[in-house]
Amino acid sequence: MSVSSSLSFPNRTSSLRIALAGQRWISPLVIVLLWELGSRLGVIPTRILAAPSAVLQTAWDMIVSGELPSNMLVSLARALTGLALGVGVGSALAVVSGLTRSGENVVDPPIQMLRTLPSLALTPLFIVWFGIGETPKVALIALGTTFPIYLNLYNGIRGVDPKLIEAARSFGLKGWSLVWSIVLPAALPSFLLGLRFALAGSWLILVVAEQINASAGLGYLINNARDFSRTDVIVVCLMVYALLGLSADAIVRTLERYALAWRPSFIKT
Amino acid sequence: MAQAFIRTLTPVLDTPTIEVFETSVKRNAAVQVRDFTRAFGDTVVLRNLNLDIGQGEFVALLGRSGSGKTTLLRTLAGLDPADAQSVRTPIGRAVVFQEPRLMPWMRIWRNVAIGLGGPEARDRARAALVEVGLAHRLDVWPFTLSGGEAQRAALARALVREPQLLLLDEPFASLDALTRIRMHELVLSLWRAHAPAVLLVTHDVDEAIVLADRVLVLDEGRIAAEERIALPRPREIGTEFQAIRRRLLQHLGLDQAPAPPEGALVNFPIGASGS
Repeated sequence: MSVSSSLSFPNRTSSLRIALAGQRWISPLVIVLLWELGSRLGVIPTRILAAPSAVLQTAWDMIVSGELPSNMLVSLARALTGLALGVGVGSALAVVSGLTRSGENVVDPPIQMLRTLPSLALTPLFIVWFGIGETPKVALIALGTTFPIYLNLYNGIRGVDPKLIEAARSFGLKGWSLVWSIVLPAALPSFLLGLRFALAGSWLILVVAEQINASAGLGYLINNARDFSRTDVIVVCLMVYALLGLSADAIVRTLERYALAWRPSFIKT
Repeated sequence: MAQAFIRTLTPVLDTPTIEVFETSVKRNAAVQVRDFTRAFGDTVVLRNLNLDIGQGEFVALLGRSGSGKTTLLRTLAGLDPADAQSVRTPIGRAVVFQEPRLMPWMRIWRNVAIGLGGPEARDRARAALVEVGLAHRLDVWPFTLSGGEAQRAALARALVREPQLLLLDEPFASLDALTRIRMHELVLSLWRAHAPAVLLVTHDVDEAIVLADRVLVLDEGRIAAEERIALPRPREIGTEFQAIRRRLLQHLGLDQAPAPPEGALVNFPIGASGS
C-alpha cells in the first residue's frame, strides 16, 4: 500500500520533468506573453516599455522603410573596420613580441601598461584628437580589440611545444617558413579565443562610441528614439545589437570548427 | 691516399675543413667523431669520445640513463652545436624521436612531407607511408592514430628524405611489446631497402642485439664496450645471443645478469593441460 503510493508520486514528477527537459523555450515564451499582457492591461505604460507586438510592428516598418538596414550597415562597418585594425595591429605586435626576446622587451611593457586602461576611458581624449566623426569611433574599437588579440596570440606563440619546433628544425624548416607552418598554426587556438574576446569587446565599445554625436548607425537611432520616448525603437535596436553579437559569435565558432578540426574533442558532435 | 679520399668526401660533409686523423680513415665512414667532449656547466657528459659509423651500418648505443646517449645523438643530428669540434656527419640525416612529434594540425601526409616542398611532395609522402603500411592513413589527423601508427608515420617522415644517416632516439620505448616486435621487423626491412647508416639509442639490450650490426655501451661519457653481432637475421634468442646479452649487461653494471627469458613461456608441464 505504502509502497505503491511512494512509487506513483515520483513517477508523476519525473514525467513532468521529462516534458520540460526538451522545452527550454517555454519560460521565455511565458515571459514575453506576460509582458504583452501587462502592456495590454496598462500595467506597463508604453513610454516605459513598448509591448512585444508593437516592437515587432516597429521592427517590420523600420526594415521596410530601409531605415534599420542602412543604419545597421553603418554600425557594422564601424565595428568591422575597428576590429580589422585591432586584429591586424594586435597580431603584428604579438608576433614581434612572441618570437623574439628583444621584441618582447620593446613591445610588451607599454602594452601591459595601456591594457590596464579601460578603452572607453580614452573617449574624451580621442574626441579631442580625432573630432566627432567616424575616426574616434573606429579608433576606440581598434584599441579595445588590439589587447585581447595581442595577449592571447602572444600567449599562444610562447606556448608552442618546443619539441615540435625542434622536430621541424631537424627536418629543415627555419626562419619564416618555421613561423608560418609551425608556430602560427600551433598558436591558432589561442588566436581564435582572442578573436572571440575581441568581437565581444568591439560590440561593447561600438554601443558607447556610437553615442558620440552620431548622424547614422544604431546608436544614432537609439539617441533619436530616446528624445521622443520611442521605447519600441530602442528595443528594436537593442535586439539588433543582440542579434549581431550572437551571429558574430556563431561565425567564430564555425571558424573554429573548421580551423581546429585537428584537435581531439571529448565532446562528440 | 687518405687525403685524396677526404677531399672527395668533403662536399657531402658538414665540416669543410680537411683533416687527417691519426687513426686510419675507414673507407665509407658515414659518421666520424674524434675526441669529442661536451659539458653542461661543470657536468661533463661526453669525454674525449671517438665514434665511427660506416655507411649502411646499423649501430645500437646502450647506456644507463644519464650516460650521454641522447646528447651524442642530438649532436649527430645537429640539434646541439658541435662547437667546432671534430664531428662529421652526412648532410642527409633524419631523426625519429621517442615521441612521434607529429604536428597535430597537419594531416599525416603533410607531416611526412614537412620541409620537402615541390609539386611531388604528396607523392613522395604517399610512397613513404605505403612503405610503413599507412597508405590508408594519408589524410587523417594525427590524433586518430594509435601509438604504433604514429611512430610509423614518424619513421616515414624520416625516410622520405632518403637520409644517409638515420638517428633513432628510443623510438620504440613507449610502445607495447607486440607493436615493438613489429616495429623491429619494419625498421630492419626499411634499413635493408634504403641502406642508411643507423644509430639507435636504446636501453633495451635485447632490442640492440636483435637489430644492430654493432652494439656500443656508453658509460661515463665514453664508449666503454663494443660488441659485433655476427648472428644471422632474424635473430632468435640462442646460446650466442645470451652470451652477448650477459656481456653487455655486465658492461652496463649488472653483474648478476637475470635468468635468460628463453623457455620461460613454455616452462609448464607439457601434456598436463587439457586432456
